[in-house]
Amino acid sequence: MNSRAWSIRLFAVLALVPTVAHAHLVNSGLGPFYDGMLHLLLSPGDLLGLLAAALLAGLRGPRASRLTVLVMPAAWLLFGLIGLNLSASLQLAGLSVLSFVILGALVALDPKRLPEWAVAALAGSFGALHGLLNGSALAAIGAGVVSLLGIVATVFVLALIVASLVVPLQRAWMRIAVRVAGSWVTAVGILMMGWLSQGTA
Amino acid sequence: MMKYDDSNNYYPAFFACAIAVSIAMLWPQVALAHIESGEAGGFLSGLSHPVSGLDHIIAMVAVGLWGAQLRMPAIWVLPVAFPMMMAFGGMLGLIGMPLPGVEVGIATSAVVLGALILGEVRLALMFSVPIVAFFAIFHGHAHGTELQEGQNAMLYSLGFVVSTGLLHASGIAIGMLHRWPSGRILIRAAGAAVMLGGLYFLWRALS
Repeated sequence: MNSRAWSIRLFAVLALVPTVAHAHLVNSGLGPFYDGMLHLLLSPGDLLGLLAAALLAGLRGPRASRLTVLVMPAAWLLFGLIGLNLSASLQLAGLSVLSFVILGALVALDPKRLPEWAVAALAGSFGALHGLLNGSALAAIGAGVVSLLGIVATVFVLALIVASLVVPLQRAWMRIAVRVAGSWVTAVGILMMGWLSQGTA
Repeated sequence: MMKYDDSNNYYPAFFACAIAVSIAMLWPQVALAHIESGEAGGFLSGLSHPVSGLDHIIAMVAVGLWGAQLRMPAIWVLPVAFPMMMAFGGMLGLIGMPLPGVEVGIATSAVVLGALILGEVRLALMFSVPIVAFFAIFHGHAHGTELQEGQNAMLYSLGFVVSTGLLHASGIAIGMLHRWPSGRILIRAAGAAVMLGGLYFLWRALS
């Protein structure tokens, strides 16, 4: 057998060797918008912070909730668009965890004096950070604005649902249950900081 | 067209090629794509971890029982303080900070909390919270760090915290018996049981 035939066979064999696949974004099978929605629903870090922000807004009343439901998705979208134009995927896991530790702690403390605008500002900051992270991650895998819109739409719907469930709670034990949920979010975040220091997360 | 008979020199080439293909097929590398495999396992693993050891179970239920005896606001402040301090203890373990006598600390937590329930000791919040928080560090240090390979750390942590919280809630629910005179006796008896369990684990930890 001549060398050309060997080369062809060798190439055929090597072509069968699987290499590391770095693709991502969960595939819903329904297109990029739903892929984006599913991405958020399967990202516990994003969900915990989103939940804490919405719980905090709900505890602080209807005005804080209205502001949060508008500001957080808007910041998520705006900074997501900025992230889509970044050349490299951002790695800010520590900051991401810290953001939901703070939000969870605020829910647990239920600070009555925290102004509504401050709640919206905190939620907006969280949305901006995660929008930036999501945008840069989407850019790195070649996904686009449609996936980001799926994420933002889910943020809006979830924030709206959670805040609207918490706002009408009047009984003391119900509000305590919300505060306990906030403490759980913080506890998860504290553990995550340990995992991050180990490089496990 | 290849001929596969002994007289043809294509046969060894085909054979070598077949071996090479077989080796290549058995040579899969890590695939990082696809679904979040193992994540549900991470959550379930974290969820089941606190209920895998009786020493943890009795101590965590005792926190809820004592909170119910102390009533508002301790009934909810203690179960809020415990997971956060437990997570702090877990973090200390993860960053490599040693904590001497972890198993002794866990067993002692059951002894002390059981004794407090048995005696129906009503401490002010400024004393009860530090006691619970102190013991929570030992529980977190011992068990918050046991993530199995390939599982999601976030979901493991979430499961771990939720499970701990539910154990406290069980203690609080049982503690509701405190409203009735006979229920108070039952809760104090439960405290005695917790203390005895703690003494057994303490004996095991020291022996």
